Amino acid sequence: MMALLEVKDLKVRVEEREILHGLTLTVNEGEVHAIMGPNGSGKSTLSHVIAGKPGYEVTDGQILFKGEDLLEMEPDERAAKGVFLAFQYPVEIPGVATMNFLRTALNAQRKARGESEYSTPDFLKKVREVSKSLNIPQDMLKRGVNVGFSGGEKKRNEVLQMALFEPSLCILDEMDSGLDIDALRIAADGVNALRSPKRSMVVITHYQRLLNYIVPDVVHVMSRGRVVKSGGKELALELEASGYAQFEAA
Amino acid sequence: MNVAVAKTGGGRAVSDLFASAEGRLPGSPEVIAARREAFESYERLGLPHRRIEEWKYTDLRALVGEVLPLAAIPDAGALKRAAEAVKAHAIEGARKVVLVDGVFAADLSDVRALAPEAGFKTLRETLEKDAGLLKTASTDAVIALNAAMATDGVVLSIADGAQLSAPIQIIHIATAASASAFTRSRVAIGKGARATIVETFVAAEAKAYQVNDAVIVSVGDNADVAHIRLMDDAPDAVNITSQFITVGANTKLNLFSMTSGAAVSRLQGFITLAGEGSELSVNGVNLLKKTEHGDTTLVVDHAVPNCVSRETFRAVIDDRAHSVFQGRIIVRPDAQKTDGKMMTRALLLSDEAEADNKPELEIFADDVSCGHGATAGALDDSLLFYLKARGLPEKQAQALLIQAFVGEAIEQIADDGLREHVIGMAERWLERRS
Ligand SMILES: Nc1ncnc2c1ncn2[C@@H]1O[C@H](COP(=O)(O)OP(=O)(O)OP(=O)(O)O)[C@@H](O)[C@H]1O
Ligand SMILES: [Mg+2]
Repeated sequence: MMALLEVKDLKVRVEEREILHGLTLTVNEGEVHAIMGPNGSGKSTLSHVIAGKPGYEVTDGQILFKGEDLLEMEPDERAAKGVFLAFQYPVEIPGVATMNFLRTALNAQRKARGESEYSTPDFLKKVREVSKSLNIPQDMLKRGVNVGFSGGEKKRNEVLQMALFEPSLCILDEMDSGLDIDALRIAADGVNALRSPKRSMVVITHYQRLLNYIVPDVVHVMSRGRVVKSGGKELALELEASGYAQFEAA
Repeated sequence: MNVAVAKTGGGRAVSDLFASAEGRLPGSPEVIAARREAFESYERLGLPHRRIEEWKYTDLRALVGEVLPLAAIPDAGALKRAAEAVKAHAIEGARKVVLVDGVFAADLSDVRALAPEAGFKTLRETLEKDAGLLKTASTDAVIALNAAMATDGVVLSIADGAQLSAPIQIIHIATAASASAFTRSRVAIGKGARATIVETFVAAEAKAYQVNDAVIVSVGDNADVAHIRLMDDAPDAVNITSQFITVGANTKLNLFSMTSGAAVSRLQGFITLAGEGSELSVNGVNLLKKTEHGDTTLVVDHAVPNCVSRETFRAVIDDRAHSVFQGRIIVRPDAQKTDGKMMTRALLLSDEAEADNKPELEIFADDVSCGHGATAGALDDSLLFYLKARGLPEKQAQALLIQAFVGEAIEQIADDGLREHVIGMAERWLERRS
């Protein structure tokens, strides 16, 4: 099977402090991986470094995406190549209408890949379809990006973008936080609809419940900036029962 | 400064600037005498400099140095170039009044379409009988210079109750390099009238020219008026515009200004709320780059009770450019129940960009609600990253956020077509950046 994402012995510092201490992770094409781990173990840090957020210093190791060095690329190049991060805390962007943002972003990615821009009717049709399946009302799309959206609406807006941009790697950072049970099911159904043999997912979560909906192929436990254990989906159940204490001691 | 002097017939010395222009300046002998007086007052003061409080951030002696000689009367070639510029900058559906190098250009204008709702004359015609238009209460040197040198302008009177279906667009076009154009206009808007006036300043291939414009606007009671100024002069030009605006009772007045050109510019607006129950909205955008210096100075004078004023100003400053916003709200002793607010924000796109904000409240009444706020800062990194993570290249991500930033001022323009026109200007400025 072909490796889509290879993180090798990654060391990352933030403001002089090392947060990731040699993290290794391989995600093959079409696989769904879950990452679990206590607060502050570095899960969001890993997702940010993969997406290219500034402020992180990679002191060692590498990240390959489809065999290419991801760390050499600007965030927008990574997005165009198919990396998508659904943020734990999506920001609000007043004055930038959601619809305009979606179209600008989608066409920027297509342009970077040398594809033609979407025509307006095709684009509108696509947005309508996807937003309907995610229970996102049309008038929400007229507002500023995430402005005045509830926590759950912001998360659904992330899944909407994922469905529109059709990335090959989706990283979902605590997509389930702040979602009620119905919203969680809708969002998870949206994610499941995107599962395909060509698309991989990394699902960061604290709760086994999400993994009942999005069933992972591999579960990793992160602690103190490293992957300390990997296993099948049953590992998540074990963690639910025993907690992280056994890994924290290390 | 141009200090070479010439002896005139009357034995008094005036500098070349006025002496060489005098033969071209329209007006009755009484008007010429008024001009000479204005010029002498300008000469006593000289160009404003930093020790004059109102001009402390915009030192014209340092930034401009000298006033250039009067531009020649445009010839056929100049008018042809101007016609191209009119085509490029005309607002769809608007009735155009065109001034080329400070001279009314009848063939490029459609003033006949103004009747019967609006009466039109040139300043030149008006000054044959009346020197009143050269007078203002101001003691400012650039305004005195304007009174002395104004070659032409637009004198519009919009009838009581007139409902103008299309905007009137006054287009100032510069075709002459290294020369000055002085214009002075009056717009009188009748009671109950509805009108939109646009003033556009652009170049037709001209370089290093200077514009000194003054406009005197009176708005009657129960009117609904928008005045929009769009200044996109050549990158090495100077533009000084002075507005004197008086507002009647129960009137809605929406002012907007955009500065996206000129090496040195100053828009100074003096707005007096002279009738009760009126609502004034003043909005502006400065888009500055390279070493441009753009100054917007507004004085809103609440002379009577029960008026509302709102000022929203946005500056986008790149490279080593310098933006100035001075906003003063005056509330006279009688002007109880005044509600006046002013908010200015500057977006600094480079470490060397500079913004000066000087808000002032002068309140002499005790039952009022007034306030101001000012911020200056860079683009928010977390917003930029979100956009980049969605595939927008740096400049495009910046452009989207800058559009949103200036949008808060631009969206105050009620007319859809005009708002789109102004958004288009901002977009073109952003494209030139990248
Ligand atoms: N910008 C920053 N400046 C300083 N420290 C930071 C910064 N970002 C993260 N850290 C630190 O890095 C460590 C890992 O943070 P991270 O957000 O990656 O954890 P996490 O596993 O996502 O936690 P959670 O489960 O609470 O979301 C924490 O100790 C955090 O305080
Ligand atoms: Mg986190």
